[in-house]
Amino acid sequence: MMHAVAIPPFERFYEQHSVEVLRLLRRRLGTDLADDAFQETFLRALKAYRRLDHGDHLRAWVLTIAQNVALDALRRARPVAELVDAATEDSRPAYEDLAELTDGLPRTERAAVVLRYGYDLSYDQIASALGSTPDAARQAASTGVRRIRRSVSS
Amino acid sequence: MSISPDLDRSFREAAVTLELVDMGFDVLDSPIGQLLVAASPRGLAAISFESDPEDRLERLARIAGPCVLRSPKSVDTPRRELDEYFAGRRRVFDLTLDLRALPPFTVSVLHELARVRYGETTTYGALAAAVGNPKAARAVGTVMNRNRIPIVLPCHRVVGASGDLVGYAGGLDKKIALLELEGAR
Repeated sequence: MMHAVAIPPFERFYEQHSVEVLRLLRRRLGTDLADDAFQETFLRALKAYRRLDHGDHLRAWVLTIAQNVALDALRRARPVAELVDAATEDSRPAYEDLAELTDGLPRTERAAVVLRYGYDLSYDQIASALGSTPDAARQAASTGVRRIRRSVSS
Repeated sequence: MSISPDLDRSFREAAVTLELVDMGFDVLDSPIGQLLVAASPRGLAAISFESDPEDRLERLARIAGPCVLRSPKSVDTPRRELDEYFAGRRRVFDLTLDLRALPPFTVSVLHELARVRYGETTTYGALAAAVGNPKAARAVGTVMNRNRIPIVLPCHRVVGASGDLVGYAGGLDKKIALLELEGAR
């Protein structure tokens, strides 16, 4: 049986991922907006941290939170039309394995599918990354999978 | 690329202000060396002479939960009182303590220990007697050795029956320095 990685103390998690998170946010938002988004990302992570049930794939998890924070910030700053590109553009670091299959999915479904089937995260963890509920995360993953099936078989 | 000190500080402060931290800690300078001081929302939980956080994080997480974060703000009050103590301006600490996860015997010994006054000393045997178990001097010694909150819970004021200093988890030189600071030697 495989053993799940223990959840590291948050300080260590923060030290490990803070530079990569800031780099991603600067790429997405520019230097000015990145600082606020950085703080928001780690506050969301901290808020959800106690509910994690193992320490696997924390990098994918925090990068997903950062992506969502960045999208929220862009949504506030830009008209909706430009968002489609931003959403699919550089989710790559966390999503490599399933990138091709999930490319066409809406953002939330894509994140749910990748975190569930690519990284084996629980719906609780996915919900905390997406800022939604476990039920909504389950729903998004199953809708996403159905959509992939349809596109593969068509 | 690195995180700017301002950004880092503002995240850590926000985390404490929003009460998302199980255990906040910081490393303080003192005349007897650096101290790692940790506090939870319940109170002061640990003071360590081994001040490298890397070695202590897991232990702090076991006490309070995984949300352990370095944050000067979370130890503001202990820092001020310790500074006053080392400057000779404070004889009694006025801090709530987080003693969770300690066995009942340990807690009762620590409560007695807290009553040993500034500048005075007692013995392991006397503490054992005070908790109603005069033969438990050795067990009291173990409690002193593992005392999570030295200085504030003054295990440095506990000596052998013959007046020997016996030992100190932080090193005997620190025990001597604390007793000298208090004028007990």
